[in-house]
Amino acid sequence: MDVVSQLQRQFVDHTTSLYREKGFLDDQFTQLQKLQDDSNPEFVVEVVSLFFEDSQKLLNNLASALQQQIVDYKQVDAHVHQFKGSSSSIGAQRVKNVCVGFRNCCEEKNLDGCVRFLQLLEHEYTLVKSKLETLFGLEQKILAAGGSVPMMA
Amino acid sequence: MDCSSSTMGLDYEESPHVLAVDDSLVDRKLIESLLKNSNCIVTTAENGQRALELLGLGDRQHIINKKKKKKKDSKVNLIITDYCMPGMTGYELLKKLKESSDLKEIPVVIVSSENVPTRIKKCMKEGAQEFMLKPLQQSDIKKLRCHMTKFSKPTNGKLCMGS
Repeated sequence: MDVVSQLQRQFVDHTTSLYREKGFLDDQFTQLQKLQDDSNPEFVVEVVSLFFEDSQKLLNNLASALQQQIVDYKQVDAHVHQFKGSSSSIGAQRVKNVCVGFRNCCEEKNLDGCVRFLQLLEHEYTLVKSKLETLFGLEQKILAAGGSVPMMA
Repeated sequence: MDCSSSTMGLDYEESPHVLAVDDSLVDRKLIESLLKNSNCIVTTAENGQRALELLGLGDRQHIINKKKKKKKDSKVNLIITDYCMPGMTGYELLKKLKESSDLKEIPVVIVSSENVPTRIKKCMKEGAQEFMLKPLQQSDIKKLRCHMTKFSKPTNGKLCMGS
């Protein structure tokens, strides 16, 4: 019983930090959680996993596109646009915001800016990925210990 | 939530069939879930070309007609398409649909992550039922139920006069 309470406490703290304190996630993530139910019990993990796969590809494509002799800024922008879309769809707010800035650099054909933004994007993505994995890990531990995952308002 | 759609053509016992078109895998999964949550049957397509094929308009049309068992009920009640897609945009898809005598009656909703007034105008002018911003929410889908019509006979007028 104690273990469950501890885990639940950790979960609540972690979630609070994700949303309120650091703004990693926004309300869209809550919307995803609302779509998860008995008929769709793994929905959030599934969507987020797709996001991780998608994002890795996009980051690779971006790195490659920016290394070209002649950079195709339209192509770079297209990748960032896609990343912005998917991060927005899962509620990864900080990642989305980086994408907005990144697109400005594409428009200006600012290579240095783009390179810096890509680094920032990789950084923010890695952070949110790790936070989400921690979240899912806690959920699994709570369930395995026989407890229920706290509903965050 | 209250919308007085006439029962002309719409069979309440059946679930509406929605075709969702989006190049993003994440968004396809999301919209599929939102629609299923609203008791819709969902078919997804990753691009406009595929959507047209599923609707019987593509190049491989003759193949699809023969492989009817693979395709679900082809009578689609609503098409939701992303605007920004490589190859054929949602707008281009909309145009093709409205050019088809078979398909022009199916309501088409355009979704986009960007709120661009000229884009919205352009789509509405071409006959889009609605333009919505991504990411879509459950409340958006509920609103869309008004626009779904059972495509069995061509209808003379709109079923739902706004909401």
